[in-house]
Parts: sequence; C-alpha cells; structure tokens
Amino acid sequence: MKTFVCIKRVPDTSEAEVKVDATGKEVDSSRFSFDINDADNYAVEEAILIKEAKEGTVQVICLGPKDADVMIRMALAKGGDSAIRVEDPRIFAKDPLQVAKVLAATIKQEGDFDLVLTGCMSADNWNMAVGVALAEELGVPHAAMVNKVEVLDGKVKVNRELEGGLSEVLEVSLPAVLTIQTGINEPRYAPIRGIRAAQKKELKVLGLDDLGVAEDEVSEANSLIELMQMYVPELESKAEIIEGEPEEKAEIMAQKLVKGGLL
Amino acid sequence: MSNELIKGGAFLISQSNAEDVFTPEDFDQTHKMIDSMSRDFVHDKVLPRTDEIEAMEEGVIVNLLKEAGELGLLGVDIPEKYGGEDGDKISTLIVTENLSLNGSFATAFGAHTGIGTLPIVLFGNEEQKAKYLPGLASGEKIAAYALTEPEAGSDALNCKTRAMLSECGNYYILNGAKQYITNASWAHVIVTYAKIDNEKFTAFIVDGDSPGVSIDPEEKKMGLKGSSTCSVIFEDAKIPVENVLWEIGKGHQVAFNILNIGRFKLGAGCAGAGKYVLANAVDYALQRQQFKMPIAKFGLIKGKVADMAILNYVMESMLYRTGGLIEDLLSSLDLEGEGAGKKIADGIQEYAIECSINKIFCSEAFDFIADEGVQIYGGYGYSMEYPMERAYRDSRINRIFEGTNEINRLIIPATLMRKAMKGEIALIQAAQKLQEDLMMPMMPELSGEVLEEQENLIENMKKVFLMVSGTAVQKFGEAIQKEQEILGRMADMAILVFAAESAYLRAKKIVQQKDETAAELAIKMTECFVAEAVPKFDLWGKEVLAAMEEGDTRRTMLSALRKLTRFEPINLYERKRYIAKEMYEAKKYFVLK
Repeated sequence: MKTFVCIKRVPDTSEAEVKVDATGKEVDSSRFSFDINDADNYAVEEAILIKEAKEGTVQVICLGPKDADVMIRMALAKGGDSAIRVEDPRIFAKDPLQVAKVLAATIKQEGDFDLVLTGCMSADNWNMAVGVALAEELGVPHAAMVNKVEVLDGKVKVNRELEGGLSEVLEVSLPAVLTIQTGINEPRYAPIRGIRAAQKKELKVLGLDDLGVAEDEVSEANSLIELMQMYVPELESKAEIIEGEPEEKAEIMAQKLVKGGLL
Repeated sequence: MSNELIKGGAFLISQSNAEDVFTPEDFDQTHKMIDSMSRDFVHDKVLPRTDEIEAMEEGVIVNLLKEAGELGLLGVDIPEKYGGEDGDKISTLIVTENLSLNGSFATAFGAHTGIGTLPIVLFGNEEQKAKYLPGLASGEKIAAYALTEPEAGSDALNCKTRAMLSECGNYYILNGAKQYITNASWAHVIVTYAKIDNEKFTAFIVDGDSPGVSIDPEEKKMGLKGSSTCSVIFEDAKIPVENVLWEIGKGHQVAFNILNIGRFKLGAGCAGAGKYVLANAVDYALQRQQFKMPIAKFGLIKGKVADMAILNYVMESMLYRTGGLIEDLLSSLDLEGEGAGKKIADGIQEYAIECSINKIFCSEAFDFIADEGVQIYGGYGYSMEYPMERAYRDSRINRIFEGTNEINRLIIPATLMRKAMKGEIALIQAAQKLQEDLMMPMMPELSGEVLEEQENLIENMKKVFLMVSGTAVQKFGEAIQKEQEILGRMADMAILVFAAESAYLRAKKIVQQKDETAAELAIKMTECFVAEAVPKFDLWGKEVLAAMEEGDTRRTMLSALRKLTRFEPINLYERKRYIAKEMYEAKKYFVLK
C-alpha cells in the first residue's frame, strides 16, 4: 500500500482567548499553541496501522509554515516514511478548493498511490471540504467521515458515521481518498527513539514552481470565495422577569410567545 | 558561543554573555517533539488517574511507569547500548518538567530515573549495566535509592548498615535499616550503602527479592500520598560480591555525585509543577466571580499571578542555563569505554554549586507558588476536592529531600571556597580587586539600552556577595565553617545572583535573537525580579556586616553597601498587572510573544 496522509497545523483554540487581529480577517494567534489538527492525527494513526498490517509506505503532506515541521516530524516519528511540506505565500489557503489543488498536485508529482487519508475536518476552519475536493482533483472516489477502515484486495471497506447514530458500510475501489473521523483508533505517542529517527527522514519543502502549479489556479484573486469579516459575536444577556401568580405568568408568557411569532 | 567551558561558580566573579547561556527558546526540533509527546502523555495518561494514584491503587503507578518506559521516557539518561535513549541533559530537563505535574507520580518517576538508575549508569561496570539498565529503561524493573537511615539523614556517611564478606567469599552479608525510601514497595532494584568491615563506605546494587531484604509498611506522609515510601530492612541479606557498585570504600563518590544530579532534576520537577499550578490558578481566577466580576480582575490577585509567573520564568531560566553548562561540558569529553560514567559524574560535580542553587531556589519557588495557588482558590484551595490542597502538601517535601535546603546552603559556600583554594576560580583575586573598585565612583554611564540597569544591578549584587564573603573569610579563616548563619547568607546571595542573572541573560538573548517586542514579558519579569532582589542584598549585607565588623570599618563597609544597592525604584504594579494580563489571555504560563 502506498498511502499519503495530509495533515494541517492548527491553533489550540480551547486554551487562549480567541481574538481577531487588526485586519478583521485573521485570528490573532500570538498566544495560541499549535498542534496537528485532531482529526488528522487519527488519519496519521490509521495510515500507520494500515502500513503495519499490509506493508508499504506512508508519506506525509502538509501545506503550512516552517513551524509545522515539528508536527510533520511527529508523524514521521510514529512511523511515516517521508514528508513534503508545501509553503508558498501565493496560495490562498482559506479556500479549500485551492488547498485541494495544491495537495493533488503534490501527490500526483509523487506518482501512483493507493490511498490518501486526511482528517474529516480542520479544527480551525471547519470547512470539511478539502478531502472531498482532493478526491475530485485526483479523479478518484472518496468516502467522508470514515470511522472504520478495512483494506481488501483492490478496495477498502469503510464505515461512515451518519446523523442519528446510523452507520453506513461502503466498499470503495482503490485508489481512493478517505476523510477520517476522530475516535476511529487510538493515536499512539511517538517514542523518543522514533523522534530521533524522524530527524533523519526526508522532509522536502516545495513551492508552487516546484509543483508546476500556476499562481492563477490557487491565488486569492482567482478564488471563488472572498473572506469579508471575522468577528467574535458579542455576548448578550437580556432577560425579562415576569411577575405575578403562576396563572398570570403563564398567560403573559403565552401572549409574548404568540406576539413574537414563536407559537 | 565561546569555546571555552564556563567554570562552575564562575558566574559570581565574572560577567556572563547572553550568547553563552542555553534557554528554552533554543530548543531544537527534537526537544520540541519530546516536550510535546511527554506533555501529552502526562495529560492523557497520568492526570486523569490522579485519584487512583493518590489512593495507592495497586499497579497504577507501576503500569504508568511501564508505559512511560515504552516511550523512552525512563531512558533519557541511559546509553543506547543498554536500551536507553542517550538523550542530552536538555531532554532530561524537559521530560522531568513534564512528568512532574502530579507529585506522587513525579516522585516515583524521579526516584526511578534519577537517584535509582543513575548510580548504575554512571558507576556500574559493564556487566552491571548490561544486567540492570535495559529493564530499568523499559520500566519492567523499578529502582529505588536507599541512603537515609534513622540516624543518618543529612549526615549520610554516618551509616550504621554493615556489610561482611561471607565465609565462601561470594556474598556480602548486609545488616541494617534504611528509612524513607521512595519506590520501596515496588522496587526490583535498590541502590544502597553499607560499611564493609565497619569502615569502608560502599555502594551496593540489591535485588529487591534477595533473601534477607524486607520492606516495612508504608509511611503515613503529609503529601505525595500515592508514592511509596517505606523502610528497607536488611537482615543477613545475601548480596553477591559482583553487586558491589563502584569501588569498595568509595561509596561517598557515588552518593554525592548522584545527589548533584538529583538536585538538578528536582529543580526541574518543581518548575514543571509550578507552571501547572499557575495554569490552574489562572483558570480558576478567571472563572471565580465575586462582587460581580472575576477575581482575576483584582489587583491583589494580579500581583499573585504575576509573582507566580515571574518565579516560573526564573526557574526555567536557571535550569536550562545549568542544563546547557552541563551539556557543553559533557560534549567536550570523550565518553567511550569504561570510566565514561565517572567522567560524566565528575563533569556534573563541576557544577555542584549550580545544582544546589537550582534545588534550593526551585523548591522554595514552588512552595511559594503552591501557597499562593491555595490562596487564589480561597476556601476551595483548602478543600481536598480541588487540586491546590494536594499541590500545597506535595510541594513541602522538596525543601527536605535530596539534601535539605540547609545542607545545600552550606554546600554552596563550601564548594566555592574549595574551588578558590584549588585555584579553579579566581575568587580571592576578585575580592581583592573589589577593594580597589569600591574606592571608585559607582555611577556608571547608562546609554538607555534595555535591561542595562538590571545588568548593572546584578554586577553590584555580585560585589556585595564578594565584599561580605571576602570579609568573612578574612575574619574567620577556616573557622568560618562554624559561622553557619553567615554561610547561609552567602548562599542566599549566590542563589539570587544566579537567579537574577539567568533571568536577565535569557531576556537579553530573546532581544538579540528576536526583538524587544517578543521579549516584552521576559524583560518585565526580569525587571521585577531584580527590583525585588536588590533590597534583600542591602538587608542581608547589613545583617552580616553587623555581625562581623565594628566601628569605622563597619561604617565604611555599610557605606559601600549602600552605594552598591542604591537604585531608582520602578513601577512594579504596572509591570505586574501587565504580566498577569498576559497570563490571563494565554490561560497559562508563557514567555515568548
């Protein structure tokens, strides 16, 4: 099996206060600590489990800054074989379609593949779109929100989580893209020995020119989306206390609900 | 970086360069990854099991240690050849900090990897290392260190345990009792000491299941309730002669060297725990509403949070500076073949003063932090339902074990004077030069560069130390050993010099590597720490001079002291409010902006 796993570096928004910076379009990330996107961490583990069961290779791909190297090497420390980090200021990374184009070009450049795994969504942007768009760009089938993978001959059998606790079982022919749900496995910790070995594994850094992707295809100017504004909604707490006997209170309440169009 | 190694204790008599100190900002990728992995391990695996650990549920700590072993966390200081990771001392510090968030687990981990395993790493022969280290690295075997006896605590060499060679010549027969032994109830390997033929103080490796070795019931302790602490009894215990560790009659070399490392690592444990307490306290202060607002908004709470953050910053700065010194020295040595361990131990001995300073400063800083943590939690801080009560109890032992802070305070001036006598550091020359300097006007030209004043004040702190120490040595000579109060103050001054200078050098290095904006927190924390340290030198200086000198000499020296400790007060409240605000926004301790 030749597997690619796409990972993203995201801020831990649970820790520090989320603030928008002066541009009004970016989150002020100065106080955040960053880590691998949670769902991607499960995707890495799944890729390594598949490699351990079926042999083959795992290549890690990340679109991100140099600071992402620590996360990339962590995936290598767990069992990944090599990695490519794509960094180019011309890429408009807020548009999931542009990101998918870049990732697809990176994978194609590496030749054939059997599987591409990625987290089902990123904890910062919540688009849930990159994986699916990536399958489109690569011209292969996909399954999203996968919570079980079984590799068969020339195909994979996957379980997908649906609304209301329903599970769907699919067979997807390879090559394919799977977007992985959190909880599918228990991600391992990278042992210190793996961490040291990871420093010696290949990590290529590529830009658009190396990938043969034209700026036009992935730039902000040619994106179909435009980021207008980011803001933290103001907290409002308005409460009206209804006084009186229980019957009176119920009557007033009912009137208010009718008047507000809620009943 | 200058190529010349910096001597232990040299910081007291010479100016240090920011480029020469190692700081947490210098972590390489491996360090960052080990940091991230070890932190995740503790948060995911250890902290959720705190209640079980504290209840001493069977197997919990031992299994967690084994899990840690599988990740290499027990083998950082063990050579690769014996199943370890051959990590550098910076990695040791990082792992020790992160694995110390729960006091009981930290103690089990610390005793195992530090004083339990290191005697074999550093002083074991080839067979002993091959036999014991792989199991200790993987966590299949747990180690304990048994030095203390009922009548031999600080006076460790006064040990009553005896060893006699058996008639067949194959065994030593040990008789005696060791007390307060961490990990005793689950240890497979115990490094201990006994006097052969009543006189030759010798180290032994004892298998926990050797005939004649028994473990008493658990001590009922103030804190660290999840860790095992028992007496170990030797009753005609049969220890094979090949288990003599190092040379017969040279057990003290093992004992004292190991304590140096133990002290350095204990400091790291306090730093890790201190940051965790701060993060909890910040979180609580932001949530707890009184008078219709979070208590975090109150100036007195901000002051506490800032003080805790400053101490965390200083702890980190001195620990990684010391780690860097040791690492520089170790990497200059040829560590191949037999005897490498002893070279490492001697290398660390070079920084015995710094190790003691780390132990004292960090244990006292963590005690302060835990105490203020309780205070921020208010009534909840006193309740066992909340984490501060445990942190407060757990913290207290750090000032006692691995050499009491009093013993460590005596080690600092004693080691310094020994180094001066041997000519290893030019302490006497520096004290003489100071006499001339004191005659000169003392208002240096300041160019307005950031932290320049702090640099100047730290140099003055060193001068106060030299003035007091030089006078004391002149006056008492060898008999200074009996003047423990003076020696204690000399130690206090040395500790604060190292602390303040480490803080200053780190802030300066951040300015150099990045810029003043990135260093803003480090600068403000350094300014506060120095501003609060200098008056202590005034106070302590007066105290010691008053005890030593009289009349005109005293007046002259007090006047010099006044000049050396004079400084323009800074607005501490403004700075501390800023520091607290930053911690609130990050909801944890952090330095680099």
